[in-house]
Amino acid sequence: MTITDIMGEGTDMLAVGLGHYLAVSAILLVLGIFGIFLNRKNVIVILMSIELMLLAVNLNLVAFSSALDDLTGQVMAMFVLTVAAAEAAIGLAIVVIYFRNRGSIEVEDVNLMKG
Amino acid sequence: MMIAALAFYVFAAILIASAAMVVSARNPVHSVLFLILAFFNAAALFLLAGAEFLAMILVIVYVGAVAVLFLFVVMMLDINFSQLREGFQRYAPVGATIGVVLLAELAIVLGGWKFAPGAASLRFAPRAEGVHNTAQLGQLIYTHYILLFQASGLVLLVAMIGAIVLTLRDKTSSRHQVIAQQIGRMAGDTLEMMDVRSGAGVRELGIIRPKPAPEPEVAAHDDHGHHGGGH
Repeated sequence: MTITDIMGEGTDMLAVGLGHYLAVSAILLVLGIFGIFLNRKNVIVILMSIELMLLAVNLNLVAFSSALDDLTGQVMAMFVLTVAAAEAAIGLAIVVIYFRNRGSIEVEDVNLMKG
Repeated sequence: MMIAALAFYVFAAILIASAAMVVSARNPVHSVLFLILAFFNAAALFLLAGAEFLAMILVIVYVGAVAVLFLFVVMMLDINFSQLREGFQRYAPVGATIGVVLLAELAIVLGGWKFAPGAASLRFAPRAEGVHNTAQLGQLIYTHYILLFQASGLVLLVAMIGAIVLTLRDKTSSRHQVIAQQIGRMAGDTLEMMDVRSGAGVRELGIIRPKPAPEPEVAAHDDHGHHGGGH
Protein backbone atom coordinates (compact mmCIF):
# COMPACT_ATOMS: atom_id res chain seq x y z
CA MET A 1 0.00 0.00 0.00
CA THR A 2 1.61 3.24 -1.06
CA ILE A 3 1.16 6.74 0.25
CA THR A 4 -1.07 7.86 -2.60
CA ASP A 5 -3.43 4.94 -1.92
CA ILE A 6 -3.99 6.26 1.57
CA MET A 7 -3.67 9.98 1.14
CA GLY A 8 -5.29 10.37 -2.25
CA GLU A 9 -3.81 11.96 -5.33
CA GLY A 10 -2.22 15.37 -5.19
CA THR A 11 -1.60 15.61 -1.48
CA ASP A 12 1.95 14.32 -1.70
CA MET A 13 4.26 17.29 -2.02
CA LEU A 14 7.45 15.32 -2.45
CA ALA A 15 9.17 15.46 -5.83
CA VAL A 16 10.58 12.00 -5.25
CA GLY A 17 9.31 9.19 -3.13
CA LEU A 18 9.38 9.23 0.65
CA GLY A 19 11.82 6.33 0.57
CA HIS A 20 14.47 8.50 -1.09
CA TYR A 21 14.29 11.03 1.71
CA LEU A 22 14.44 8.29 4.31
CA ALA A 23 17.47 6.74 2.61
CA VAL A 24 19.32 10.08 2.57
CA SER A 25 18.55 10.70 6.21
CA ALA A 26 19.55 7.13 7.19
CA ILE A 27 22.90 7.57 5.45
CA LEU A 28 23.34 10.93 7.18
CA LEU A 29 22.61 9.40 10.59
CA VAL A 30 25.07 6.56 10.00
CA LEU A 31 27.71 9.06 8.89
CA GLY A 32 27.20 10.99 12.11
CA ILE A 33 27.64 7.86 14.23
CA PHE A 34 30.67 6.87 12.17
CA GLY A 35 32.13 10.32 12.78
CA ILE A 36 31.79 9.91 16.54
CA PHE A 37 33.78 6.68 16.39
CA LEU A 38 36.32 8.02 13.92
CA ASN A 39 37.20 11.22 15.76
CA ARG A 40 37.60 9.87 19.24
CA LYS A 41 40.07 12.58 20.17
CA ASN A 42 38.48 15.68 18.73
CA VAL A 43 35.43 16.86 20.68
CA ILE A 44 34.59 19.56 18.15
CA VAL A 45 34.18 17.06 15.31
CA ILE A 46 32.11 14.87 17.65
CA LEU A 47 29.80 17.82 18.26
CA MET A 48 29.58 18.35 14.50
CA SER A 49 28.69 14.67 14.07
CA ILE A 50 25.88 15.11 16.60
CA GLU A 51 24.67 18.07 14.56
CA LEU A 52 24.66 15.85 11.47
CA MET A 53 22.59 13.22 13.28
CA LEU A 54 20.08 15.84 14.41
CA LEU A 55 19.92 17.10 10.84
CA ALA A 56 19.07 13.56 9.74
CA VAL A 57 16.27 13.48 12.30
CA ASN A 58 14.97 16.79 11.00
CA LEU A 59 15.09 15.53 7.43
CA ASN A 60 13.04 12.51 8.48
CA LEU A 61 10.47 14.68 10.24
CA VAL A 62 10.13 17.05 7.31
CA ALA A 63 9.86 14.21 4.79
CA PHE A 64 7.11 12.49 6.76
CA SER A 65 5.37 15.80 7.34
CA SER A 66 5.35 16.44 3.63
CA ALA A 67 4.38 12.91 2.63
CA LEU A 68 1.56 12.66 5.14
CA ASP A 69 0.47 16.27 4.58
CA ASP A 70 0.61 17.05 8.29
CA LEU A 71 2.42 20.13 9.54
CA THR A 72 3.03 18.71 13.02
CA GLY A 73 6.24 17.13 11.80
CA GLN A 74 7.62 20.53 10.80
CA VAL A 75 6.70 21.95 14.21
CA MET A 76 8.60 19.13 15.87
CA ALA A 77 11.54 19.69 13.52
CA MET A 78 11.64 23.30 14.66
CA PHE A 79 11.84 22.23 18.31
CA VAL A 80 14.60 19.76 17.46
CA LEU A 81 16.43 22.64 15.79
CA THR A 82 16.11 24.72 18.97
CA VAL A 83 17.44 21.96 21.18
CA ALA A 84 20.29 21.31 18.73
CA ALA A 85 21.33 24.96 18.80
CA ALA A 86 21.26 25.01 22.61
CA GLU A 87 23.25 21.79 22.73
CA ALA A 88 25.89 23.19 20.39
CA ALA A 89 26.28 26.34 22.51
CA ILE A 90 26.62 24.42 25.79
CA GLY A 91 28.91 21.79 24.24
CA LEU A 92 31.25 24.39 22.79
CA ALA A 93 31.32 26.26 26.11
CA ILE A 94 32.34 23.03 27.84
CA VAL A 95 35.02 22.46 25.18
CA VAL A 96 36.38 25.97 25.76
CA ILE A 97 36.67 25.61 29.54
CA TYR A 98 38.05 22.08 29.18
CA PHE A 99 40.74 23.37 26.86
CA ARG A 100 41.46 26.23 29.26
CA ASN A 101 42.00 23.80 32.11
CA ARG A 102 43.77 20.93 30.40
CA GLY A 103 45.35 22.41 27.28
CA SER A 104 43.88 19.76 25.00
CA ILE A 105 40.47 18.64 23.77
CA GLU A 106 41.11 14.91 23.67
CA VAL A 107 38.11 12.99 24.87
CA GLU A 108 40.27 10.16 26.12
CA ASP A 109 41.64 12.42 28.85
CA VAL A 110 38.20 13.00 30.31
CA ASN A 111 38.43 9.96 32.59
CA LEU A 112 40.36 12.08 35.08
CA MET A 113 37.62 12.00 37.68
CA LYS A 114 36.87 8.28 37.58
CA GLY A 115 37.09 6.64 40.97
CA MET B 1 8.53 17.07 -11.60
CA MET B 2 11.50 15.75 -13.50
CA ILE B 3 13.62 18.80 -12.70
CA ALA B 4 12.61 18.61 -9.06
CA ALA B 5 13.64 14.95 -8.87
CA LEU B 6 16.95 15.77 -10.54
CA ALA B 7 17.51 18.62 -8.07
CA PHE B 8 16.75 16.26 -5.20
CA TYR B 9 19.41 13.79 -6.32
CA VAL B 10 22.01 16.53 -6.83
CA PHE B 11 21.39 18.10 -3.43
CA ALA B 12 21.23 14.73 -1.68
CA ALA B 13 24.51 13.65 -3.27
CA ILE B 14 26.26 16.86 -2.22
CA LEU B 15 24.74 16.56 1.26
CA ILE B 16 26.03 13.05 1.79
CA ALA B 17 29.42 13.82 0.28
CA SER B 18 29.92 16.88 2.45
CA ALA B 19 28.72 14.98 5.53
CA ALA B 20 31.36 12.34 4.78
CA MET B 21 33.95 15.11 4.48
CA VAL B 22 32.84 16.57 7.83
CA VAL B 23 33.72 13.41 9.70
CA SER B 24 36.86 12.60 7.73
CA ALA B 25 38.49 15.97 7.00
CA ARG B 26 42.03 16.37 8.25
CA ASN B 27 41.58 19.93 9.42
CA PRO B 28 38.65 20.83 11.72
CA VAL B 29 38.26 24.18 9.93
CA HIS B 30 37.53 22.26 6.73
CA SER B 31 35.08 20.13 8.71
CA VAL B 32 33.15 23.23 9.73
CA LEU B 33 33.11 24.53 6.16
CA PHE B 34 31.78 21.20 4.89
CA LEU B 35 29.20 21.29 7.68
CA ILE B 36 28.01 24.63 6.31
CA LEU B 37 27.77 23.10 2.82
CA ALA B 38 25.81 20.18 4.26
CA PHE B 39 23.37 22.53 5.97
CA PHE B 40 22.83 24.49 2.77
CA ASN B 41 22.01 21.31 0.86
CA ALA B 42 19.74 20.09 3.64
CA ALA B 43 17.93 23.42 3.42
CA ALA B 44 17.49 22.81 -0.30
CA LEU B 45 16.02 19.38 0.45
CA PHE B 46 13.64 21.01 2.93
CA LEU B 47 12.57 23.43 0.22
CA LEU B 48 11.94 20.54 -2.16
CA ALA B 49 9.79 18.90 0.51
CA GLY B 50 7.72 22.06 0.83
CA ALA B 51 9.01 23.20 4.22
CA GLU B 52 10.01 26.71 3.22
CA PHE B 53 10.09 28.23 6.69
CA LEU B 54 12.25 25.45 8.12
CA ALA B 55 14.65 25.75 5.20
CA MET B 56 15.16 29.45 5.85
CA ILE B 57 15.46 28.84 9.61
CA LEU B 58 18.07 26.19 8.90
CA VAL B 59 20.12 28.62 6.84
CA ILE B 60 19.78 31.45 9.38
CA VAL B 61 20.24 29.46 12.59
CA TYR B 62 22.74 26.86 11.46
CA VAL B 63 24.81 28.58 8.82
CA GLY B 64 24.50 31.99 10.44
CA ALA B 65 24.93 31.07 14.08
CA VAL B 66 25.88 27.51 14.92
CA ALA B 67 28.46 26.97 12.18
CA VAL B 68 30.04 30.35 12.89
CA LEU B 69 30.17 29.38 16.57
CA PHE B 70 31.97 26.19 15.65
CA LEU B 71 34.36 28.15 13.45
CA PHE B 72 35.08 30.59 16.28
CA VAL B 73 35.85 27.80 18.72
CA VAL B 74 38.01 25.87 16.27
CA MET B 75 40.06 28.95 15.49
CA MET B 76 40.16 30.20 19.09
CA LEU B 77 41.59 27.02 20.56
CA ASP B 78 45.22 26.42 19.74
CA ILE B 79 44.96 22.75 18.92
CA ASN B 80 47.64 20.45 17.65
CA PHE B 81 45.72 18.98 14.74
CA SER B 82 48.17 16.26 13.83
CA GLN B 83 48.02 14.90 17.34
CA LEU B 84 44.26 14.64 17.14
CA ARG B 85 44.52 12.35 14.14
CA GLU B 86 46.16 9.55 16.09
CA GLY B 87 44.02 6.47 16.41
CA PHE B 88 42.09 7.26 13.26
CA GLN B 89 42.86 3.91 11.69
CA ARG B 90 42.40 2.16 15.01
CA TYR B 91 38.82 3.29 15.45
CA ALA B 92 37.75 3.19 11.80
CA PRO B 93 36.94 -0.57 11.67
CA VAL B 94 34.79 -0.43 14.82
CA GLY B 95 32.95 2.63 13.58
CA ALA B 96 32.45 1.14 10.12
CA THR B 97 31.12 -2.10 11.61
CA ILE B 98 28.63 -0.31 13.82
CA GLY B 99 27.64 1.97 10.95
CA VAL B 100 27.02 -0.95 8.61
CA VAL B 101 25.02 -2.80 11.26
CA LEU B 102 22.92 0.30 11.94
CA LEU B 103 22.37 0.93 8.24
CA ALA B 104 21.28 -2.69 7.76
CA GLU B 105 18.87 -2.37 10.66
CA LEU B 106 17.43 0.83 9.23
CA ALA B 107 17.08 -0.86 5.82
CA ILE B 108 15.24 -3.79 7.42
CA VAL B 109 12.91 -1.48 9.32
CA LEU B 110 12.20 0.81 6.37
CA GLY B 111 11.89 -2.13 3.94
CA GLY B 112 9.16 -3.86 5.91
CA TRP B 113 7.35 -0.72 6.92
CA LYS B 114 4.13 0.67 5.46
CA PHE B 115 1.54 3.24 6.37
CA ALA B 116 -1.42 2.13 8.43
CA PRO B 117 -4.66 2.24 6.43
CA GLY B 118 -6.16 4.79 8.80
CA ALA B 119 -3.17 7.10 8.69
CA ALA B 120 -5.01 9.74 6.68
CA SER B 121 -7.65 10.21 9.34
CA LEU B 122 -5.02 10.64 12.04
CA ARG B 123 -3.61 13.83 10.56
CA PHE B 124 -3.58 16.69 13.00
CA ALA B 125 -2.89 19.71 10.82
CA PRO B 126 -3.28 19.03 7.10
CA ARG B 127 -2.09 21.68 4.69
CA ALA B 128 -4.71 24.33 4.16
CA GLU B 129 -5.38 25.76 0.71
CA GLY B 130 -4.25 29.32 0.18
CA VAL B 131 -2.31 29.58 3.43
CA HIS B 132 1.40 29.38 2.98
CA ASN B 133 3.78 27.35 5.04
CA THR B 134 5.04 30.05 7.41
CA ALA B 135 1.60 31.36 8.29
CA GLN B 136 0.28 27.89 8.93
CA LEU B 137 3.25 26.97 11.11
CA GLY B 138 2.66 30.15 13.09
CA GLN B 139 -1.00 29.30 13.56
CA LEU B 140 0.02 25.89 14.91
CA ILE B 141 2.85 27.06 17.15
CA TYR B 142 0.97 29.88 18.80
CA THR B 143 -2.13 27.82 19.51
CA HIS B 144 -1.71 24.09 19.96
CA TYR B 145 2.00 24.04 20.65
CA ILE B 146 2.28 27.19 22.73
CA LEU B 147 3.56 25.29 25.78
CA LEU B 148 6.25 23.52 23.76
CA PHE B 149 7.13 26.81 22.13
CA GLN B 150 7.57 28.54 25.49
CA ALA B 151 9.51 25.56 26.78
CA SER B 152 11.91 25.76 23.85
CA GLY B 153 12.38 29.44 24.60
CA LEU B 154 13.22 28.46 28.16
CA VAL B 155 15.70 25.88 26.88
CA LEU B 156 17.43 28.58 24.86
CA LEU B 157 17.52 30.92 27.87
CA VAL B 158 19.03 28.23 30.08
CA ALA B 159 21.55 27.39 27.38
CA MET B 160 22.52 31.03 27.03
CA ILE B 161 22.97 31.56 30.77
CA GLY B 162 24.76 28.25 31.08
CA ALA B 163 27.23 29.07 28.32
CA ILE B 164 27.93 32.48 29.85
CA VAL B 165 28.39 31.06 33.36
CA LEU B 166 30.68 28.32 32.07
CA THR B 167 32.98 30.52 30.06
CA LEU B 168 32.98 33.71 32.14
CA ARG B 169 36.33 34.24 33.78
CA ASP B 170 36.30 36.38 36.91
CA LYS B 171 39.33 38.58 36.69
CA THR B 172 40.74 39.15 40.19
CA SER B 173 43.25 41.71 38.95
CA SER B 174 40.69 44.18 37.66
CA ARG B 175 39.37 46.87 39.97
CA HIS B 176 35.62 46.91 39.91
CA GLN B 177 33.73 49.92 41.04
CA VAL B 178 31.86 49.19 44.29
CA ILE B 179 29.06 51.71 44.18
CA ALA B 180 27.65 50.82 47.60
CA GLN B 181 30.93 51.64 49.25
CA GLN B 182 31.27 54.83 47.28
CA ILE B 183 27.89 56.25 48.21
CA GLY B 184 27.98 54.81 51.73
CA ARG B 185 31.06 56.82 52.59
CA MET B 186 30.60 59.49 55.25
CA ALA B 187 32.35 62.82 55.34
CA GLY B 188 33.94 61.89 58.67
CA ASP B 189 35.72 58.94 57.08
CA THR B 190 37.81 61.14 54.88
CA LEU B 191 37.64 64.68 56.25
CA GLU B 192 39.01 65.95 59.54
CA MET B 193 38.95 69.52 60.76
CA MET B 194 42.27 70.66 62.20
CA ASP B 195 43.33 73.79 63.92
CA VAL B 196 46.57 74.74 62.26
CA ARG B 197 48.88 77.10 64.02
CA SER B 198 50.32 79.66 61.72
CA GLY B 199 53.83 78.79 60.72
CA ALA B 200 53.57 75.14 61.72
CA GLY B 201 54.07 72.40 59.11
CA VAL B 202 51.74 69.49 58.55
CA ARG B 203 54.30 67.03 59.81
CA GLU B 204 54.55 68.84 63.07
CA LEU B 205 50.84 68.57 63.68
CA GLY B 206 50.73 64.90 62.79
CA ILE B 207 48.50 65.31 59.77
CA ILE B 208 49.01 62.39 57.45
CA ARG B 209 47.59 62.73 54.03
CA PRO B 210 45.73 60.91 52.62
CA LYS B 211 43.99 59.84 55.74
CA PRO B 212 44.58 56.14 56.42
CA ALA B 213 41.58 53.97 55.54
CA PRO B 214 39.76 52.40 58.47
CA GLU B 215 39.62 48.89 56.95
CA PRO B 216 41.87 47.32 54.33
CA GLU B 217 39.02 46.16 52.05
CA VAL B 218 37.65 49.65 51.84
CA ALA B 219 41.12 50.89 51.03
CA ALA B 220 41.31 48.59 48.01
CA HIS B 221 38.33 50.30 46.40
CA ASP B 222 38.76 53.68 47.98
CA ASP B 223 41.05 55.27 45.46
CA HIS B 224 38.29 55.76 42.89
CA GLY B 225 36.99 58.57 45.00
CA HIS B 226 40.18 60.50 45.64
CA HIS B 227 42.31 60.29 42.58
CA GLY B 228 41.39 58.49 39.43
CA GLY B 229 44.86 57.96 38.05
CA GLY B 230 45.89 55.13 40.35
CA HIS B 231 46.26 52.57 37.56
